[in-house]
Amino acid sequence: MEAVMSLLVGCFFAAGVYLMLSKAIIRILIGIVLFGNAVNLLIFTAGRITREAPPVIAPDMDRLTGIAANPLPQALILTAIVISFSFFAFLLVLALRTYQELGSDNTVQMRVAEPEGDTLPPLGY
Amino acid sequence: MQSGSETALLIGLALPFAGAAVAPWLMRRMGDRGAWLLALIPLFAFTVFVSLVSTVASGTSVRGEVSWIPSLGVTLAWYLDGLSTAFALLISGIGTLIVLYSGGYLHGHPQHGRFMSYLLLFMGAMQGLVVADNFMMLFVFWELTSIASFLLIGFDHEREASRRAALQALVVTGLGGLALLAGLVVIGMATTTDTLSGLLAQPEGLRGSELYLPALLLILLAAFTKSAQLPFHFWLPNAMQAPTPVSAYLHSATMVKAGVYLLMRLNPAMGETAIWETVLPLFGGATLLVGSVLALRQTDLKLMLAYTTVGSLGLLVMLTGFGSDLAVSAAVLYLIAHALFKGALFMVVGILDHETGSRDTRDLGGLRKAMPITFAAAIGAALSMAGIPLFTGFLAKEAIYEALTHDSGGWPLLILLVAILGNATMVAIGFAVGLRPFIGRQRETPKHPHEGPALLWLGPVVLAITGLLAALLYGLFYRTIADPMTTAVAGSAFANAISPLPHVSLAFGLSLVTLAVGLVLYAAQARLRGGLASVFGAGNWGPDRGFDHVVAGLVRLSAAVLRIVQNGRLDVYITIAFITTAVVLLVPMVIYSELPSMPPFPALQLHEWTLVVVALVGLYSVVRTRNRLTAIVSLGIQGFAVAVLFVLMGAPDLSFTQFMVETLSVIVLALTMTRLHLSPTDHRPWNERLFDGSIAIACGVAFTLLLLRVTQNPFDASLSEFFNANARIIAHGRNVVNVIIVDFRALDTLGEIAVVAVTGLVILALLRIATPGRIRGRS
Repeated sequence: MEAVMSLLVGCFFAAGVYLMLSKAIIRILIGIVLFGNAVNLLIFTAGRITREAPPVIAPDMDRLTGIAANPLPQALILTAIVISFSFFAFLLVLALRTYQELGSDNTVQMRVAEPEGDTLPPLGY
Repeated sequence: MQSGSETALLIGLALPFAGAAVAPWLMRRMGDRGAWLLALIPLFAFTVFVSLVSTVASGTSVRGEVSWIPSLGVTLAWYLDGLSTAFALLISGIGTLIVLYSGGYLHGHPQHGRFMSYLLLFMGAMQGLVVADNFMMLFVFWELTSIASFLLIGFDHEREASRRAALQALVVTGLGGLALLAGLVVIGMATTTDTLSGLLAQPEGLRGSELYLPALLLILLAAFTKSAQLPFHFWLPNAMQAPTPVSAYLHSATMVKAGVYLLMRLNPAMGETAIWETVLPLFGGATLLVGSVLALRQTDLKLMLAYTTVGSLGLLVMLTGFGSDLAVSAAVLYLIAHALFKGALFMVVGILDHETGSRDTRDLGGLRKAMPITFAAAIGAALSMAGIPLFTGFLAKEAIYEALTHDSGGWPLLILLVAILGNATMVAIGFAVGLRPFIGRQRETPKHPHEGPALLWLGPVVLAITGLLAALLYGLFYRTIADPMTTAVAGSAFANAISPLPHVSLAFGLSLVTLAVGLVLYAAQARLRGGLASVFGAGNWGPDRGFDHVVAGLVRLSAAVLRIVQNGRLDVYITIAFITTAVVLLVPMVIYSELPSMPPFPALQLHEWTLVVVALVGLYSVVRTRNRLTAIVSLGIQGFAVAVLFVLMGAPDLSFTQFMVETLSVIVLALTMTRLHLSPTDHRPWNERLFDGSIAIACGVAFTLLLLRVTQNPFDASLSEFFNANARIIAHGRNVVNVIIVDFRALDTLGEIAVVAVTGLVILALLRIATPGRIRGRS
């Protein structure tokens, strides 16, 4: 199972990276979503995979016994999913506003803060 | 040493730093009178050093230490022999007068307190430098004097010339500081000692070492930059941008002599070699010649003094490296005489500037009636500088000529000629500063001239009188100061014998020749200036201009580097980041043979295979899509596939969250995309696709291999077991994941909620602050 998941994680990373290397903002954003999923699956798989047994303590027990999934990566990923969603929503709105202001979705043309052909910094003392 | 005097010495060394801390407050509260109070600090140090003179003169060095950084073996260790004590007396004694003088000179200046603070900081650093025994302490105080000098030169920071001069001095002396550090490390490696006293105890250890040459070169670089030797002389005249008290104190009497101090200090351990006795006289002599010629060119009295200071430092280096005890004694006498007369003359120029509004030799004349006390001090100092009998300058000059005529040969003769020429310039400049402004016809000056307040003339008067008394009481002076200092520098006992009265000898004959040549130069200075000006042109060349070019070149270079590494292109940054990621993951795995072993064919059930395939199809269509609706839908497909995978692998909580988030993402994306009117089609040409694709595949392979390797290692489940065991007992919850989120890591969750809330606010703000009227739709 871990081997297949490792391959799948690699595919997620490759797809995410490929999209993030684009110059179109929207593709970069989609790439970020894939990248986030890739990282989540990476953490999940690194915590080892146990099938179909959620880490829930039986009503008559004091502690979790028997075979169950590792709860720690799940807790971490739960936080990560929510954070990456808010990150994605923020970037998306930022991209929208940038497009409205600059009229471009190409990162190469977004040079308001760092205009091309900068003059030298002052040479005095 | 008794603990009482040890404590007094420590207080004397530490007080200037304490004074620097309170000076701004004190000067604001007390005005000029604060200077009298602050002058007690150097005065106290002076008395402490005076009390040590008899011990040191008897041939015993004073040593002691306080632990500083014990873990590194660095101690605050001091070592006072004749050399250190003479320097310490000059620093604290002249320091007392300078503090008083500054009280009058910067009268009413809004930053008077700050100035005093910097001055005391320098004083503390300089005292520390000359009494330091430990290498690390020597280096730290050496750098501290450079920093204090930077602050003082740039004191008038609203003028660009000041800022430039301050930076230049810092760069040049800072370069030397680094060389000093390296040099001391090399010396430490060669002799396995980290103290000066330890080094002086085994003088042959360093000379015999194969590390002698690198150590020497580094030490020379340090000394030559600090003491403004050719070709690093240019920073010193520029440092005259500082207020005159600074020029008198740092840039003539004390700091610039730190380089000479270093050479004198190391003379017993590094001297008496062929290279030492060639390089020092060569550079020193060249500096003396250049300084002298450039001094004659000036019309600004302060610059005349500055260039003769450069020349004098050259003379000191030349004598230190000449290689005889007589020359060393001449260097010692000249060093003390120079500190006294040059400090006094600088202060005189400051008074002239302050009370007449000009320090140009062409503007000043006939001030003897208006400023009689200043005139008396000036002529006293000028006579010493000219080497007239009865003054310390005469002792120094006699000693120089006696030392240089002692050996015969071409090399000493050449050095003798250079020394005569340099000394003749000293005569001319001494009188040009100390005599010419006061005699002749009185001229119109920007301010009506009158005598300055006592705070101003006290310093030069005391220094001029000291210069006379030291020569008149020459027996005492030799016994207590000059002989112990010469002994320390030469490394063997030495006794001076020159009397301040004229006597028939070859040296006195040369003195007369020097005086005659000097008077001719004095009389002809105006004409010489014209001649030199035509020779040197506009002076638009040389190391001073070179400094500007270097600085401008640095700015251009860094701008060029910045354009490459910080070019403002997101795609370049991302490309670099992911290439780095792939390399960092793959290279160590390959180099250290940590690649995972081939896993067995996985035994997955059909529905699991199906989900994996669904996720892959989703990914593929996201990457390949030419249509934005397909992009959104396929993004959803891979997301939901991940959510179902979570369910199958015992993570229902993750699955629910993922479902919700994916749904929301798709909705938000769909809403935004329709507004954006963007095409998600990939416009990359095939070569870019190939390049980006290779990076992406490399990253994917790297992460796959990493994860395979990780999962093939044994698993440490102790943390998870803790949660499993305690979720119910401690936190009273059965769903372990939920318990971790809301209980064990509740603070993290709070942070997460805060992030979501802030993001929501930011999104709202972004959407609200629409700025109509801005350029829209610009391509």
